[in-house]
Amino acid sequence: MIKTIHLTVNGRAVELGVDQRESLTDTLRNRLGLTSVKKGCEAGECGACTVLLDGKSVNSCIYLSVWADGHSILTVEGLTKENGELHPIQQAFVEEAAIQCGFCTPGLVMTGVEIANSGKTYTREELRELISGHLCRCTGYENILNALERVVGRKENGTL
Amino acid sequence: MYDIKETYKARSVEEALALLEGHPGAVLVNGGTDVMIRMKEGKLTDAVLISIMDVPEIIGISLRENGDIAIGAGTCFRDIYHSEIIRGAVPALAHAANQVGSPQIRHVATIGGNLCNGAVSADSVPILLALNAELELAGAQGARRVAVTQFHTGPGKTVLQKGRELLTAIVIPKEEYAGRYGSYIKFGQRNAMEIATLGAAVCLKLGADKTRLEDIRIAFSVAGPTPLRCAKTEAALKGMALTGDMVKALRQGVIQEVQPRDSWRASKQLRLQLVKELGERALRQAAEEAGGTIHD
Repeated sequence: MIKTIHLTVNGRAVELGVDQRESLTDTLRNRLGLTSVKKGCEAGECGACTVLLDGKSVNSCIYLSVWADGHSILTVEGLTKENGELHPIQQAFVEEAAIQCGFCTPGLVMTGVEIANSGKTYTREELRELISGHLCRCTGYENILNALERVVGRKENGTL
Repeated sequence: MYDIKETYKARSVEEALALLEGHPGAVLVNGGTDVMIRMKEGKLTDAVLISIMDVPEIIGISLRENGDIAIGAGTCFRDIYHSEIIRGAVPALAHAANQVGSPQIRHVATIGGNLCNGAVSADSVPILLALNAELELAGAQGARRVAVTQFHTGPGKTVLQKGRELLTAIVIPKEEYAGRYGSYIKFGQRNAMEIATLGAAVCLKLGADKTRLEDIRIAFSVAGPTPLRCAKTEAALKGMALTGDMVKALRQGVIQEVQPRDSWRASKQLRLQLVKELGERALRQAAEEAGGTIHD
């Protein structure tokens, strides 16, 4: 059955008819064309479909679109400024070559944005834990952690 | 597309109970991180889902007038991990909450779901067992309170009357946490996104001079058909001095009280080894938290 839902997607209010059996991943990709949201494991394990729901990272593949009614969603498409300037997390991913095949990248960027939005800084070990809901089969995570450290890093002794 | 027949959203406990009664076979869902996987695996088909994620009365952590801690069943693991009340009074539960799934899972998965799914591997359960937590259930016939030690009846099975009852809160009575120290140790193949191969929790109270066990509770997950306590070992250890003999008594006792099985995750033999080893480590960690020193 089709149900009408209201969302704020990347800052824009949208009214949508969605199938109640449909995941948020499918709604964002197929109805709104937001293909940065990747379909990986589709079981909440790999993190490729991660979006921010009211500012918190969630696996959109195991979240029904009807549950998101009335909430706010942010995807990678909502990060770039009008002048084309990248989000600091995206820029750091570019500078550290934290991308290989790119499939895990949008999800990791969104978790990175969530971490940056916390306004705090983190040690490398803390960052490892914070990105533990993402699988990357190319990079070995080192450059991803380097990129995150550029923006939100803190050394063990408390210095930046 | 998920195999869903109909979805409903309840805004109150009363509405959730009315929806349950009106739709026999309907499934309550909060964060959905287990229910959605059950649908994926074809274990739940043609589902009627009643969402309780918008029921404010079952969300949040509070300290009641009498000092008891009440955790709303719809509280997500992230909020439990960050709660000052939980970190201050029962840090082992905060730690256990942070062992569930991944950050994304913990943003939506709830402690109520972890209990009601009845999984033998549920990360929040061993420490709740060791804390003698109590569960508040709401039903059309009224509310009742059940000890968490009486809640699980088999793999995926609980005393919750499906279709008629709803878990509203987890209560940790003041006398069960004040002056007591706990620990939870999870063993898995990896550190994140992992179902426990085995989990061990200890909650203990030391005597005034911190050289003896005044009281101890020991609980395990994935060591039998339900998460379980080791009552005989607890009784045997009570009053013992903090020595190597106490540790040995725990190792020898717990092994008699568990019934782990072979599964593709681990053999029975490995689980028995883990029961001894993690039991000991959980004991040592809790004793250290309590300010005691074990003289081996």
